[in-house]
Amino acid sequence: MAEIRVQNLRKAFGAFVAVQDSNFVVEDGEFFVMLGPSGCGKTTTLRMIAGLELPTGGKILLGGEDVTMRRARERDIAFVFQLFALYPHMNVRKNIGFPLLAQGMASAEIRQRVEETAKLLRIDHLLDKSVSGLAGGDRQRVALGRAIVRRPKCFLMDEPLGTLDTEFRDLMVHELRELHNRIHATTVYVTHDQMEAMSMADKIAVMNHGVIEQFGTPREIYDRPATMFVADFIGSPPMNFLKFGGGLAKGAKEIVVQGAKVAVPEVREDIAPADMALGIRPEHIRFDDGSKLRGAIYGTEYLGTTQIVAVETADGIIKARVPAGIHLSPGEQVGLTLSSARLSLFEKGTGRAVRTAMYDQAAEARHG
Amino acid sequence: MSLTTAHSVVAPSANSKRIAGVIIVAYALISIVPLLWIFATSFKTPPDSIAYPPKIVFQPSLEGYCNLFTTRTRQTPEYINSLGPATGVCDETVRKRNMVIAGPSNFVPRFVNSLIIAFGSTFCAVFLGTLSAYGFSRFKVPLADDLLFFILSTRFMPPIAVAIPIYLMYRELGLSDTALGMILLYTAVNVSLAVWLLKGFIDEIPREYEEAAMIDGYTRLQAFWRTVLPQATTGIAATAIFCLIFAWNEYAFAALLTSGTAQTAPPFIPTIIGEGGQDWPAVAAGTTIFLVPILVFTILLRNQLLRGITFGAVRK
Repeated sequence: MAEIRVQNLRKAFGAFVAVQDSNFVVEDGEFFVMLGPSGCGKTTTLRMIAGLELPTGGKILLGGEDVTMRRARERDIAFVFQLFALYPHMNVRKNIGFPLLAQGMASAEIRQRVEETAKLLRIDHLLDKSVSGLAGGDRQRVALGRAIVRRPKCFLMDEPLGTLDTEFRDLMVHELRELHNRIHATTVYVTHDQMEAMSMADKIAVMNHGVIEQFGTPREIYDRPATMFVADFIGSPPMNFLKFGGGLAKGAKEIVVQGAKVAVPEVREDIAPADMALGIRPEHIRFDDGSKLRGAIYGTEYLGTTQIVAVETADGIIKARVPAGIHLSPGEQVGLTLSSARLSLFEKGTGRAVRTAMYDQAAEARHG
Repeated sequence: MSLTTAHSVVAPSANSKRIAGVIIVAYALISIVPLLWIFATSFKTPPDSIAYPPKIVFQPSLEGYCNLFTTRTRQTPEYINSLGPATGVCDETVRKRNMVIAGPSNFVPRFVNSLIIAFGSTFCAVFLGTLSAYGFSRFKVPLADDLLFFILSTRFMPPIAVAIPIYLMYRELGLSDTALGMILLYTAVNVSLAVWLLKGFIDEIPREYEEAAMIDGYTRLQAFWRTVLPQATTGIAATAIFCLIFAWNEYAFAALLTSGTAQTAPPFIPTIIGEGGQDWPAVAAGTTIFLVPILVFTILLRNQLLRGITFGAVRK
């Protein structure tokens, strides 16, 4: 197993820049997820780490070794494709053993290793079956088997659960994470599904338009989004934004939104007057008739333990997650109270999050 | 009149099925009658073969096959009577016509030439075609579209249009009347067909298969051999049949460029007519035997052939 270090990685296809100056480090044994909408450059980054695409610039180090320009077969990595790429003319046993055959391993040893791997993935009863007859989840397990049988330096996975139906997907998310906990293989996993990312990752990089918008733990990314894109992309429903104007001074602890004063985490930098946005997660909104920030109930979505309530405010609809027990009817006027310690502030023009006490705490915690 | 549709959009009605059946049977009959006629003629005696009205029912005879495989000389009845008893069916048949067998005809060597040249050129065309098609399919070849167009341009004119320059070149190069020359020529004509057909098939095989193999430690050539080729067998088989049929049936170049040792069966068979009257049964016998290899090859690979023909029309 090994650490993966990506430095100033860049890829251009003609005039189109797919990946722009990416930098990140995947520590040895970490489960790292690259998350973003389709076309954001996450798959291209993964293919460059694999050696299936050559970068236009930058470096890739695997376990300290510069492999930027090396052939895929010389990198000692394993790749799980979205469509699994199981060879239809071979049975399960031959598919899993295929990478070992390339190393010229003796057939008795291949047999033993394939059987161990199959047992680990609980597919040992399928070894002599044809791959074309397998169910989605089993195809996935065979693809994983082919990846882990060689014990490579790291695993790269390109939306491996993308084609499975929801039920299997949840099961496989659980299995993948469990497998990772057992073998501690450095893993880079690409997905556009935030639930997969949040439930499996040790670290997430959120990408958009070829740029890494934020790199951090799932908790950091959810609680302290670095940009409005991340705030909007992560969370279901996503973060709400309420606009406010004027600059911010270092040390400020209050802003004015729609004529109401809202306490926010202490601002740690000076911001010149510009269009700003206040970011609020749905679960950080409570209904309180005393509040000056008001809106009218627009609709509710019942989820069992909670409900998502859409509230029409002067600045458009925002969504709140509140206990399912509260009864609300459309048109009803409500006051909104926001959990001050959990609010984010953004510069609308750049989308960048303003440094506040909440963000600094995180940075201190990381370094301390 | 009812406003609802009486027929289903998906399933053909019984009536349309019946009509389709009639058309297919009629077409099959039209196609097979000449073949059956040739087959029947090969078992007729020469007088029966030119009888008018044509004989549908006749006494089968092996005379056509005997004449195809042998050369004969005419002798006096006295000489024939002075010989010992006939040594086989052909000997006996021939003697009835006041002839004796002088030796084997050239049919077998010409047939063998056809086999060598047709299968040899098919192998070369499919081999080169598969590799080129893979290259065009997977790599960014500069001017790929133009190159593919140029490759196809060898098919823009009837082969006979370039026959004279090729004849002159072959004479200079010493390739006239050689099996090698014919294999090269048919390969050149067939490779365009092979590249175009196979590119379509290989385009349909996802790149992930080779990529997976290359990540797992194989070179590109190994990955091609172990993952792409096994999945391209259908396309390769279909392409091979098309190439083989062309090379096997080709007449114009063969007639022009081969006359002796490398002559193939198509230009040879018509020459049988000239030997001692119009020997239609012998010609029919030669044609019947000539059909066998393609028939066997096509039956063996018919599933692939069907997919090969409909390819492009029904992509998955």
